[in-house]
Amino acid sequence: MLTMLAGSAGALREIVRTRPEAHLQDVLYIPSAKALKRMSLGYDGLLADIYWTRAVQYFGWKHKHKSREYPLLYPLLEITTELDPHLIVAYRFGATFLAQEPPDGAGQPEKAVELIERGIRANADDWRLYYDLGFVYAMNLEDYQAAAKAFERGSEVPHAHPFLKVLAADMAQHGGDLATARLMWQTTYETTDDPGIKSNALRHLQALDVDETVPKLEELVRQFHDKTGIQPTSFFPLLEAGWIRRIPTDPLGMPYKLLPDGRVEVQDPTAWSFIRRGLPPKTGEPPAKP
Amino acid sequence: MTNRIGTIAFNTFREAVRDRVLYNLIVFAFLMIGASLLLGQITIGVQRQLLINLGLTAISIFGVLIAIFIGIGLVSKEIDKRTLYTVLTRPVQRWEFIVGKFFGLMGTLAVNAGLMTVGFFIALIYLMRGLQASDASILAAVYFILLQFMIVTAVALLLSSFSTPIESAVLTFAIFVVGSFSEDLRGFAEGAKGATHYVAMTISYLIPNFSALNYIASVAHGNAVPASMIAWNTAYALLYAGAVVCAAAIIFQNRNMK
Repeated sequence: MLTMLAGSAGALREIVRTRPEAHLQDVLYIPSAKALKRMSLGYDGLLADIYWTRAVQYFGWKHKHKSREYPLLYPLLEITTELDPHLIVAYRFGATFLAQEPPDGAGQPEKAVELIERGIRANADDWRLYYDLGFVYAMNLEDYQAAAKAFERGSEVPHAHPFLKVLAADMAQHGGDLATARLMWQTTYETTDDPGIKSNALRHLQALDVDETVPKLEELVRQFHDKTGIQPTSFFPLLEAGWIRRIPTDPLGMPYKLLPDGRVEVQDPTAWSFIRRGLPPKTGEPPAKP
Repeated sequence: MTNRIGTIAFNTFREAVRDRVLYNLIVFAFLMIGASLLLGQITIGVQRQLLINLGLTAISIFGVLIAIFIGIGLVSKEIDKRTLYTVLTRPVQRWEFIVGKFFGLMGTLAVNAGLMTVGFFIALIYLMRGLQASDASILAAVYFILLQFMIVTAVALLLSSFSTPIESAVLTFAIFVVGSFSEDLRGFAEGAKGATHYVAMTISYLIPNFSALNYIASVAHGNAVPASMIAWNTAYALLYAGAVVCAAAIIFQNRNMK
């Protein structure tokens, strides 16, 4: 009996190795939230937790394999929140998963807005949902007026974080600039207890550091070239000439690369998900102007 | 009278705890509670909620199954083993027999639910490293589950008093399922007109309303259970179960044992 059991375990390992996707199939089990609610016999909360876990596992699996499509993500989140409209974490995390560009997310910010608005209808007193709504409008849809309105709505909720009023005003005036983006990610980092969201916010703040630093370095190199006539291919000439005190490094501690054409890039682009500057140009595209 | 009912209740309790089905279901319930701790590792942000939802659902579902599996045999087993005739030759009224059986099974279910609740709270303390004030509402949800058991037990006893065990099991489960939809039926009745409205409304009041007694999702979110709801649900369950047990007693009273 033990031999047969050990043999079956070995066979299963071989199956998993041959078909790694077999253990997480793209199925919704039952696609209709209404049908599920009927079948749950009143145990909606448990079914909602199961479908939420299913959504987390689905996203994690796709993300791990750098998938660019997440077709079941929104349906899973829709079912989860239909079963339990007060499952706040599904709206908050779900919106993040939906809004971010592939492969970090589904690249569906409109769906993220739809999801959060559903959450707000069911949980009008939760200011965090208005914050998330404004965040998606600002960061993913670049609709700064809509973001300002969302923050304004949220600021009127009792016990809302006072930052919402500041963000509403800032968004209306300075929507789209790096300082506002830094303010929003800093707020996210400081107001969440969830380690996943904190880590994500930190990565965004580090990316903002890169986006701010790269143009400054490129401008410095251009000024060096204009003054000395030398086009440096590393930062050492600038260090030796006293233009910089040390070799500049990115927030991960890796030194920036200076290319012969004056562009500055990060050492390892694959380590960065959210930066817009300091990346090598895509094939066939001209390099971005400093 | 109280002594006779108490004796029958105690004997029913003693017989029930010897039933192997009972232990299997309790073990499954504990396994489910334990599994929720593991499941919490593969999800985000709902570990406490998952434990409460899964733990209380396990207590509820397995308790209902115990109520059905044991309840359907309460009378029919006694008839098959011919022990009923021995009991009824004593100065025991038929209705006392029914009421004693009811209390015996309710006692069994209360002890089981109590044990499962202790196991659940151990898991909750392990997960949360302690208890919060809002966890007191979980006890209210468990109390409502006991009220559910009361109604299911009464229905199983009623059906057991005149039908076979298999018929009783199927019908009791069907009534449990239909009772979970009673809010939908009431919603349909409110939207209907004429005779349909009255018929649907009558049925919605006749079938037991289990959704009114289901507070699991609410306490999982940390919401308190209003005292008025505890009072009204207690009254509803006592009155409904009492009516069903009366019906069981009347049927059994008039049943021909030959």
